[in-house]
Amino acid sequence: MSKTKEIPVPDKILGFTQVRLDVDLTDGKISKSKLSNEFCRDWIGGYGFGAKVLWDECPAGVDPLSPENVFVYAHGPFPGTILPTSSKYGVFAKSPLTGQFGMAISSGSVGAQARRAGINMIVFKGKAPEPVYMVVDDDDYYLFPCKDSVWGKSCWETEEILREEFQDQRLGIMTIGPGGERMSRMGCITNDRNRQAGRTGMGAVMGSKNLKAVCFRGTKGISVAQPVEFFKLAKKLIKVANGPATAKYRDLGTPAGITSYNKLGMMPIFNHREGTWDKIDDGTFTGDILNQDWVIKKVACSQCSIGCDHITKVPKDHPNWPNLYSSIDQELCYSFGTACGNYDWPSVFKCVSLTDDLGIDAISGGATAAMACECFEEGIITKEDLGYELPFGSTVNLVRFTEEMILGKGFAGKIFGDGTREAGKRLEEMGRKNASYYAMHVKGLELPAFDVHGMSSFAVGMSVSIRGACHLRNGAYGLDAKGKFDRFGYDKPVERGKAIKDLEDIYAIIDSYIVCKFTRGIYENDAEMAKVFELVTGIPVTDKFIQHRGEAILNLSKCFNIREGWTRDDDKPPERFFKQPHTRGPAKGIVLKEEGYQKVLSGYFEARGWDTKTGIPTDETLKSLGLDFVIGKLSPAGGKK
Amino acid sequence: MSKVGTKKRGGVVHQFIIVDPNLCSGCETCESVCSFVHDGEFNPINTRIHRVRIEPILNVALACQKCDDAPCVRACPEKALEQNKETGSIIVDDDKCNGCAFCIRACDFGVLGLHIQSQKALICDLCETMKEDYIDPERGEPYPACIDVCPKEAISLKDVEQIGEEKRIDAVKRLFGEILKETEG
Repeated sequence: MSKTKEIPVPDKILGFTQVRLDVDLTDGKISKSKLSNEFCRDWIGGYGFGAKVLWDECPAGVDPLSPENVFVYAHGPFPGTILPTSSKYGVFAKSPLTGQFGMAISSGSVGAQARRAGINMIVFKGKAPEPVYMVVDDDDYYLFPCKDSVWGKSCWETEEILREEFQDQRLGIMTIGPGGERMSRMGCITNDRNRQAGRTGMGAVMGSKNLKAVCFRGTKGISVAQPVEFFKLAKKLIKVANGPATAKYRDLGTPAGITSYNKLGMMPIFNHREGTWDKIDDGTFTGDILNQDWVIKKVACSQCSIGCDHITKVPKDHPNWPNLYSSIDQELCYSFGTACGNYDWPSVFKCVSLTDDLGIDAISGGATAAMACECFEEGIITKEDLGYELPFGSTVNLVRFTEEMILGKGFAGKIFGDGTREAGKRLEEMGRKNASYYAMHVKGLELPAFDVHGMSSFAVGMSVSIRGACHLRNGAYGLDAKGKFDRFGYDKPVERGKAIKDLEDIYAIIDSYIVCKFTRGIYENDAEMAKVFELVTGIPVTDKFIQHRGEAILNLSKCFNIREGWTRDDDKPPERFFKQPHTRGPAKGIVLKEEGYQKVLSGYFEARGWDTKTGIPTDETLKSLGLDFVIGKLSPAGGKK
Repeated sequence: MSKVGTKKRGGVVHQFIIVDPNLCSGCETCESVCSFVHDGEFNPINTRIHRVRIEPILNVALACQKCDDAPCVRACPEKALEQNKETGSIIVDDDKCNGCAFCIRACDFGVLGLHIQSQKALICDLCETMKEDYIDPERGEPYPACIDVCPKEAISLKDVEQIGEEKRIDAVKRLFGEILKETEG
């Protein structure tokens, strides 16, 4: 590893606890080992640790819902310190939703409690003979049977029961609900009520292992390498993190984007048929109204200066869902709102609280509901199938559909309970032709809140994302929204590719540190980001080094995907964007152009040092990133499952 | 610390930490920094200010209220706690404290704790005993670190006179808002 050797690693490092637990759920054995100083330096934390362990230990071609899949919990060196938004954790496994690299990140109190308990990473293998939850109580680690206590319970109830059981209202708990227990491929992990490790079905992987929850409690203090300097920098960052750089997340919150993206024709409406909506134009469904009429409090995760969690309340006199509290952001205003053509706020809130509490990803869940609405309007599914009507704009019936979808009940659950790709396949197997056309996913993961008809850079950025359609792997939507490149054109393919790559590499570091992407603007530059790592760990990294490691981590997870059967064709937005233009708004009449799209995709591959035709990293690139151990092991094994 | 004991009405009115639940987001930064400036490591179990979250929306933090004739002082069988007359702060004599926790049981606000390592009583001293290394160089003297770092500016140092005055102003705005509107016009 040429570049890594340039960074000396001290004998003693801080921040990391370097404790890895291995939990064999099949025989109940738990063992402890030490992560080396070099491992911590080279793989940085959450995402990096997850990528390395999955590459090394997840058998190629494994069925994601079998005991052989590997489920990793990991955090970086920062939880428990006052670095803004540092209390984050990540979970990693082969995804049952995509058959590719699965990862999800969450906040709340879990990261900080786990860090204080003294662990850094837990690797789960096998399957418990009966439902269990795991406890990490400082140095006390054990599995506890829960068939008769919390198994079958919702996420919120599970948290309440376990906190009561431990007589500790601050117990950090990551849990699955009935959605994950029944192994819905959209199954999520909930913690601290409103925080979810939502995407790529990590809750289903826990469910497949009979692992209901993991509880963390820690009482150990956290020392950092250079306390005086760290305190000074952290205080500055806390102030900046509550300044203009994050105002949009604190004030109206991300739903401010409903209006701005609507103006650009980028807000997905009616399952991505349109990019603008009269209900947004006329002020019915906007971030302003959401805040004015429904938000009653903004809450923060542990050690977060921003406090982006917008809590809404439905009044006590509402006929259907009185006194309902839920946690809302832009993605959910899209998934159960605009994508479903639903501008009835309380029903949006109800659907979101059902997904959070019963345990499936609220983005995938809403996008799947939107597919069902469109299939209903197109006559692909009917009232006879569902037992009720489900056109765009449904409210009470949308809530009913959502609950059935999560719990796997009825036609809704049977067909739509595992996301859009499965729903398309299942409907087509029943002879319902062309159903997959309405499945808005990339690699099996449902689209986030962007309509890419007129986003030629993000169409590529979203599609190359390691975990499937995602806005958080490179944030390339900004390239289109801010006009860095012509968003209707395809010029400068390599420059576009380079811009996506650079974002992606630093996002890989943010996901490894792990801090919140909402704080990406608080650092003066990458050098300051590197500095904070040095002050906490004592490892004298530089901006160049972290960029290099971000690139290595991204490449390694890409190699995981290749080993699982990824091909160039997988990096492609749904057919609709190439065929069916909007009928109104700034992107009216526009579709993605096949040739242009492929040109930019090749540009991205070129910028990455990957084969421009196949998209597979060259040996030269792998060597330069210290990934020699991957060379020769990139042939697909077992295909996608 | 003359700042925290203000002479008013011929007597001393004590200032203490108060937290506005409308502003507090429950981020726990106050707890982490409290333990850090006293011990040099982040550990909220050793905090002297305590965040309370009652889901889904109530967040606030509590610290010593500096009660007159403080119950914690009276409860201590070892006479390890003493109230500083000037500042109102409760001072713990670590040599006398045996960790029996009677002070914790006596406090109506639950704002005392026991240090996880030393097992001595912990109570907010407005950072009078913070480590010198962490004193803000511009300020040059100890100052409550929780106030300094609170991202929402929800924490402040106030005495009962100030609190009463602010409440009165709020009440008047509520009750006589119409008149205010006229002056704004």
